[in-house]
Amino acid sequence: MTITDNGRQGAQRAAGSARRRPPWHRRYRGGLITTASILVVLAFWEVTGRQMNPIFSSYPSAVIRKFGVQVKSGLLPEALLDSLQPLLLGFCVAALIGIPVGLLIGRYRVADAALGVYVTAGYAMPLVALIPLFMLWFGLGFTVKVVIVVVMTVFPIVINTRAGVRAVPRSLTEVGTSFMASEFAIMRKIILPATVPHIMTGLRLGIGRAVIAIVIAEFFTAIGGLGGQIILAGQRFDTAGLFVPVTVLMVLGVGLTRLVGWLETKVAPWGRPADTDRD
Amino acid sequence: MAAKQAGVTIEDVSKSFTVRAGKQVEQVHVLDRVSLRVEPGEMIALTGLSGCGKTTLLRILLGLERADSGRVTVNGAEVRGCGEDRSMVFQNAQLFPWRSALQNVEFGLEARGVPKRERSRTALDKLELVGLAHAADRRPDQLSGGMQQRVGLARALSVDPAVLLMDEPFGALDAQTREGLQAEVLRIHQETGKTIIFVTHDLDEAVLLADRVVLMAPNPGRIDEIFPVGLARPRGDLVTVRGLKEFSAKRYEIWRRLMAGAHPQAAAAAPAAG
Repeated sequence: MTITDNGRQGAQRAAGSARRRPPWHRRYRGGLITTASILVVLAFWEVTGRQMNPIFSSYPSAVIRKFGVQVKSGLLPEALLDSLQPLLLGFCVAALIGIPVGLLIGRYRVADAALGVYVTAGYAMPLVALIPLFMLWFGLGFTVKVVIVVVMTVFPIVINTRAGVRAVPRSLTEVGTSFMASEFAIMRKIILPATVPHIMTGLRLGIGRAVIAIVIAEFFTAIGGLGGQIILAGQRFDTAGLFVPVTVLMVLGVGLTRLVGWLETKVAPWGRPADTDRD
Repeated sequence: MAAKQAGVTIEDVSKSFTVRAGKQVEQVHVLDRVSLRVEPGEMIALTGLSGCGKTTLLRILLGLERADSGRVTVNGAEVRGCGEDRSMVFQNAQLFPWRSALQNVEFGLEARGVPKRERSRTALDKLELVGLAHAADRRPDQLSGGMQQRVGLARALSVDPAVLLMDEPFGALDAQTREGLQAEVLRIHQETGKTIIFVTHDLDEAVLLADRVVLMAPNPGRIDEIFPVGLARPRGDLVTVRGLKEFSAKRYEIWRRLMAGAHPQAAAAAPAAG
């Protein structure tokens, strides 16, 4: 929301004119209210959580204590690493497949007629349904996690890239044609950079799905990683221990999405497409 | 740099588009047997009401559009698609937002495989020509509309075209900025002697700049009348030119003819030029 507004201001900004900044309490008012809100919810949780049966619920201070124990024992860092490796590898593979495919089917009708239907189907269908099949093919180890992340992440990347290519104004590619640029040069020097904001949006949506994918993968295979920790803690009725990986996953999801969002403003500072699917 | 010059001939060029509105399919004759000879080094203004096909004609000259029939030659060679002898200043500049001003100007040279060092030198030269050397590193969103259009002009000039085409280059700019750019174009035409063909809605601009003003009419798109502008070159200061009686008379003459097409009664009521 705020970033979209900044983008619009940036586009309207004429050369050399500095933007006037509002006073600090205005700028940080949103952040202060959010912080206060979080504190109130945590306090409420702490008070009510203590009254309840620890098998059904926990409370923040217990979760934090458990967090400390798990960090010290090395359990949590190990689980995090177990999850993070297939997540990042899968995400990179998805980007390496998704971006070229999106560019191709966005630019060429023939490619879209041939492949577009699978992309639409893959995006719409609940891919979780295929996980038992993947387990048959790839077993229960590292590979199956990567595959699940790739499959669940690649489609938003393809779809956003394709939408980006479609949104490139014809007037811009005509500039290329008029200066006798080759098709390859038009693709690389006009279509690709013009599509970068959409690609980054696809990556941002993709990383969110990648976090979900890794948890699902670990639920099914039930070994290792943060997802595995959640399952194990649940089976042991260790509610506080269950909240630890959940919290880490939440922070991971928000952090990675923010990171890609930040990259977005660095890579494509000239503007970003409006999208409603943010955060 | 040796000034490249080329004559342009347009012979019997016709073009129609199929327009579908609901169930109705209609053939729109955008251009109907248009013929025109442009001398080397001449500056031609194409003007007329909306839908008279002036932009389509310009796009055919550039090679982005193909004529259904008839032919266009530049320096005797028939136009089949875009070519190295022509370049265009587009409506609203059409700069690449991810490139700096300098990199935008370099684009055409890149497409032609000019080596990097020579490319940036030529591009900087052209930016200097349009008075923007100081803004070479700015991105388009950090440039005003007038500056963007100057970069567009520099980009078109960078490839040293024999024929420079401009599609309503200054249409979206405010009056002062427009005037500055018009003076710029006059000066560049004077210095380079390039053949320039441009589309404009602004009759002042047409008369100020062009050697001949080609008035087109719609339904079907055709040349209505060609007005030679008798103003001497170099025209120098535009303020002085605007003050000339010949300028106002020519402008009025074209305006009457234009209005005769748009509102026949109004034009009949207006007095004949003195």
